[in-house]
This record gives sequence, C-alpha cells and structure tokens, in this order.
Amino acid sequence: MASTAIAEHSNKNLWDGGVSPMKASYGKLMMWFFLLSDAFTFSGLLITYGLLRYSHQAYSGVHSAFIPSREYWPIPEKIFDGFPFLHGISIPLAFVGLMTFILIMSSVTMVLAVEAGHRMDRKNVMKWMLWTIVGGLAFLGCQAWEWTHFITGSGKEGWGIDLNGDGILQAGVDFFGANLSRNEYGPQLFADLFFFITGFHGTHVLSGVLLNVIVFYQASVGTFEKRGHYEMVEKVGLYWHFVDLVWVFVFTFFYLI
Amino acid sequence: MALLEEISHIEVKPANKTEIGKLWKIAGLLLLITIIEFVFAFSLPEHWKWMKVSIFVGLTFVKAFYIISEFMHLKHETKVLIWSIALPLIFVVWFVIALIYEGGAILSVR
Repeated sequence: MASTAIAEHSNKNLWDGGVSPMKASYGKLMMWFFLLSDAFTFSGLLITYGLLRYSHQAYSGVHSAFIPSREYWPIPEKIFDGFPFLHGISIPLAFVGLMTFILIMSSVTMVLAVEAGHRMDRKNVMKWMLWTIVGGLAFLGCQAWEWTHFITGSGKEGWGIDLNGDGILQAGVDFFGANLSRNEYGPQLFADLFFFITGFHGTHVLSGVLLNVIVFYQASVGTFEKRGHYEMVEKVGLYWHFVDLVWVFVFTFFYLI
Repeated sequence: MALLEEISHIEVKPANKTEIGKLWKIAGLLLLITIIEFVFAFSLPEHWKWMKVSIFVGLTFVKAFYIISEFMHLKHETKVLIWSIALPLIFVVWFVIALIYEGGAILSVR
C-alpha cells in the first residue's frame, strides 16, 4: 500500500501528500510535538527557578556551617539530606539519587516492552509494562515521602521560624517545615518553586503510570494483537521517557547545583 | 476464549539479543553518570563552584542525549523529524540566557 502510494507520487514533491515524509505515524508525530510543547513548559519552570535564584544573594559563609535564612538562597544538598528510616542522619542527595535510579530503571523496562512489542511478544510486553508500572509507583511513593519530609520540617537545631519575628533563626522557634506561605529553608520562593516544579513533574509521572496501566490492560486482553501492531506501547513509551528526561534536568538544576 | 483462538496463530519473533544488550549498556551508562555526579558533588572542593556547575550541566546533557536518541529512538528517525524537534529548542537557549541575565539585574537593584 505504502509502496504504491510512493510510486504514484514519485514525480511530485515529497510534501504533496500520499506519503509520510517523516516515516512515522500520525499518532507518533503528534506525541513528539506534544512532548516538544511540554518541554517548553518545563523549561519555563526551570528557567524561572534560575531567574529567581540569581536574583537572590548566594550563601557565602562556610559550607559546613550552613543555616538557612531569608537573606540568601539555600544550598540544596543541605536541605535535601534525609533518608527514610534514618531519621536525624544527614545523607545529602542520597534519596533523590535513589529516585533517579528508580526512574531510569523504569525507563529501561519501558524500552524492553517496546522491543517485545516489535516482536509481537505479548507475554514480554505485559511483563515489562508491569515492571514499568511498579517503577512509576515506587517513584511516586518516594516523592510522597520527600514532600512529607519537606512539609513537616527538619527539626534541626538552629533551624525553624519564630512566628513573632521577621526572620528565620529566632530564639522562640515555633514553626518548622514549609508550605506556600511559610518556609523554614530560606526565601519563600524556594519552597513555592519546590512544590510547583516537583509537583508538576509528579503529576506527569502519575498520568504516565495511568497510561501505562491502560496499555498493560489492553496488551493483556489482546487488543494490540487484534490490531496487528504494538504502536501504542511506543507512543506511551515516548511519554514515559520524556518524564524520565525531565527528572534528569530537575535532579541537576534543583538538587545538584 | 474465542479471541485467544483467533490470535493464537500470531508469530512471536525471537528476542533480539544485540538490541537488548545495547539497551542495558545505555542504562548502565546513565546510572554510571548519575553516580559520577553524586561523587563529584561531594569530592570536588567547594570553591570550584562554577567548575562543578559546568560539569553537572555537561553530564546532564550527555544523559539527555542518550535518553532522547536511543530510548526515544530519535536518532533512528528521519532527518526532517530530528530537526523538527531539535530546532525549536533554540528558543529555550535564548530564554535561559535572557532570564539568567535578568536575574542578575534584579539582584543588582535589590
């Protein structure tokens, strides 16, 4: 069919219709262009973080003696140093590193599902889709812990806000943690951006998991075998890899730098 | 059950070992880069701030390249599709330069 179409149009311009100049289906192309637009959205958020960070003073004191203040932007690794079940021990960035590991692994299981789909191997598509779903849920669980930890506060000595005073680090500490109007860790915008950027990414992970569940279900009842191809696994796979890609950038620009 | 009988003739091709091996290799590379970033974050001296930042940003783009080109398969698509995705991102580059500069300007009048 495709070959006859090419034969009919061989004398015409590639873009006159009847052929696929990009050699990809409509659905796959639209997924790519949606992801491009989503990349702009995330760029907007991360660049906003950069703008607001550089419009604040940087911490200039001794690294090991860091204590948050509204006067300067915090050092992320001093804020994100908790790990589940190891309360009170400072293990900077280890938990976010674990989350990165989980998401990269679920990206691998996703490509393996796509590879199995090319071979019409329903059992392996189901197996790898299930692992991808498990990875996505594990990531969401980690993020729930991360948010809870951020919201309830550090409990560290010398940290916390005195609600009667202006600044952080007052004698009578009566507020720990952060929300959209109070922030123990530094300028208010730091907490707001944390909630917005990781929250927006988490929403993408959640919808990715839902799409993966739908595709897993469709694979298991034989929808794609009836259709004759597993392209839907590829399309959802593109979205899932994009979610992983965004996390790579969030990891660097929010946590590492 | 009727459905299962209907589709039972579908031919499952054998697994492509080289392709799967390549995917695991890329995954290993991505994890290795993340570990390197993690180690660098704590082993390089603190006053190398901008050095660290450029290493982290560089490694992030290496990771992004592998995810997009191999996992998302973009490297193996037609040239016109690759450029349709890559070229619009020029606007992001401009956006980064403009707004980081703006951030510095805000700080200077604060």
